[in-house]
Amino acid sequence: MLLKAFENGADGVMVIGCLEGDCHYVNGNIRARARVERVYNILEQINIGPERIRMYNLSAGEGAKFAAFTSEFVTRVEELGPSPINLARSNGPKESEQEVQAT
Amino acid sequence: MITGTPKPIEEILEMLEPYDNIIVAGCFGCVTVCRVGGDKEVQVLSSTLRLAREAAGRKIEIKEVCLERQCDPEYLEPMRPYIEDYQAVLSIACGAGIQFMAEKFTKSPLLPGINTGFLGVTERQGEWTERCQGCGDCVLHLTGGICPVTRCAKSIFHGPCGGSVQGTCEVDKEVKCGWQLIIDRLVTLDQMDNYGKLKPYKGWDSSRDGGPRRIIREDMV
Amino acid sequence: MKAGSNLERVLEAGHFAVTAECGPPRGADGDKVLKKAELVKGNVDACNVTDNQTSVVRMSSVAGCMLVKQTGTEPLLQMVVRDRNRIALQSDLLGAAALGVRNLLCLSGDHQKFGDDPQAKNVFDIDSIQLIHLVKTMRDEGVFPSGDKLEGAPKFYIGCAINPFADPFEIRVPRFKLKIEAGADFVQTQCIYNMDKFKRFMEEAKKEGLHERTKILAGVTPLKSAGMGKFMNRMVAGIEIPEEFIKRIADEPKEKQAAKGIEMCIEQIQEIKEMEGIAGVHVMAIEWEEKLNEIVGGAGLLPRPMVEQ
Repeated sequence: MLLKAFENGADGVMVIGCLEGDCHYVNGNIRARARVERVYNILEQINIGPERIRMYNLSAGEGAKFAAFTSEFVTRVEELGPSPINLARSNGPKESEQEVQAT
Repeated sequence: MITGTPKPIEEILEMLEPYDNIIVAGCFGCVTVCRVGGDKEVQVLSSTLRLAREAAGRKIEIKEVCLERQCDPEYLEPMRPYIEDYQAVLSIACGAGIQFMAEKFTKSPLLPGINTGFLGVTERQGEWTERCQGCGDCVLHLTGGICPVTRCAKSIFHGPCGGSVQGTCEVDKEVKCGWQLIIDRLVTLDQMDNYGKLKPYKGWDSSRDGGPRRIIREDMV
Repeated sequence: MKAGSNLERVLEAGHFAVTAECGPPRGADGDKVLKKAELVKGNVDACNVTDNQTSVVRMSSVAGCMLVKQTGTEPLLQMVVRDRNRIALQSDLLGAAALGVRNLLCLSGDHQKFGDDPQAKNVFDIDSIQLIHLVKTMRDEGVFPSGDKLEGAPKFYIGCAINPFADPFEIRVPRFKLKIEAGADFVQTQCIYNMDKFKRFMEEAKKEGLHERTKILAGVTPLKSAGMGKFMNRMVAGIEIPEEFIKRIADEPKEKQAAKGIEMCIEQIQEIKEMEGIAGVHVMAIEWEEKLNEIVGGAGLLPRPMVEQ
């Protein structure tokens, strides 16, 4: 699913999970992090730019932090520029980023 | 199960150089259990290949399939109607499956997406260890259920050698000394008399050393 | 007499035997072997020639044996099962016997991962104990293991190695016994530093009468420095050097450590000479062969006995 987001034109993917130790589904956030790391490694191997995916942990009540993380990530992705896929397609990015929420 | 490890993506991309239109074929058997060649792995690999190729300015079309097994003809036949519409097949099944598919579909280049490993067991998720070499002449009843051919790095029949250190093999501290395991088990089973008997020289002709093997069951053919 | 080698005659006559070791060179220069053999000459009853020790490629042991023989010292062929299948093993044995080699040490061999060619195929067709059995069959029954008659049986005094310091300790005597059952005439041990553990091993071995069924030669290696001792302890599997042993050397100033190492080696040999059940000593002065004369002489073992045929 994470890789599909990049196939569909995402320049960056932000994954958000609960604080570690605080997951409603016990360790769903730990497993999500493992998956994000695997995608990070794949992106690195194929030179897409692993910094385009990142996981953040916070709780549902930390609205300000969410905003801050999002701004930080958007800035970073803008600095990286369009993903190599989008460059290759050169129709301009459809959306400059997508967010995927995990528990 | 038969285990395997994924081939490095650079190696696969190099194999795919001549092709723009392929099938990625997985298997619901052993390689699914050891998380290297199942349905999910087919999808992840296909996405990865599409991303890598497109970023390099050259798309690739992929048909994603996962077969029940690749080592039985009945499960391969359903591919016949469409397989020649594709330039090549990248199979992430074990070496037996890849070869069988190549035999059944001689006009389709078959590419291996994994390095097939060994006959092994799951120690825990993510860790598999070798247990059987398929020597064709099983002696597990004499060695407490632990195989000296496979689990001893030197396939010794009267072990352990002088390199056994605190239950680990001289080859790798992470590898248990097969003979330490055998002795511990024989002690538990009170079968140490087995240890003191001289074993006949191993007949390697029943293993692959005797030539590629074949089993014929008269009662079945 | 099983083979009539000098080593066998010396041991059978009841003398305390001495053997040493020559490692062949990493190349085709035979002179290197001849030079080492000259240092060994007169100090031993037989000299071991190692077989690609630690899987590091060296001139073959059979060739090394021939060079040692040229200098007038009796060679002792070491043969590992790591690199040759039973066909090659039988063939090399027949060849060595034809060239006059009369002593053999049957070994497993260190795994190839330690040497030049970790990617080499792992042979181990038969294990070292089965090799002992194979040689004995050829020698005493005059037939190949396949059953066909030999056109001339190879005469070898058959040896094996034992390591009282490898794990698990409890299996070392039972495994020693297996080697004797298979046909070992003599045994050389891994080098000893921990005399207490060695004595415990010998107690167990004597309970089984193994010291009477075979000739046991205790292995010693002189330390050149405290550093060498610490290195061996850490890096070499199956070697155990007690702290006190290293300390006695470490207490000496650097330039005196080598001499201390020799002195302690001589002491060890003298202690070993007094032990019941030990028939000789195997001095492994690796790359230090020039000290052999001093060590063997210092332990009161010179001159070596001449035993008539």
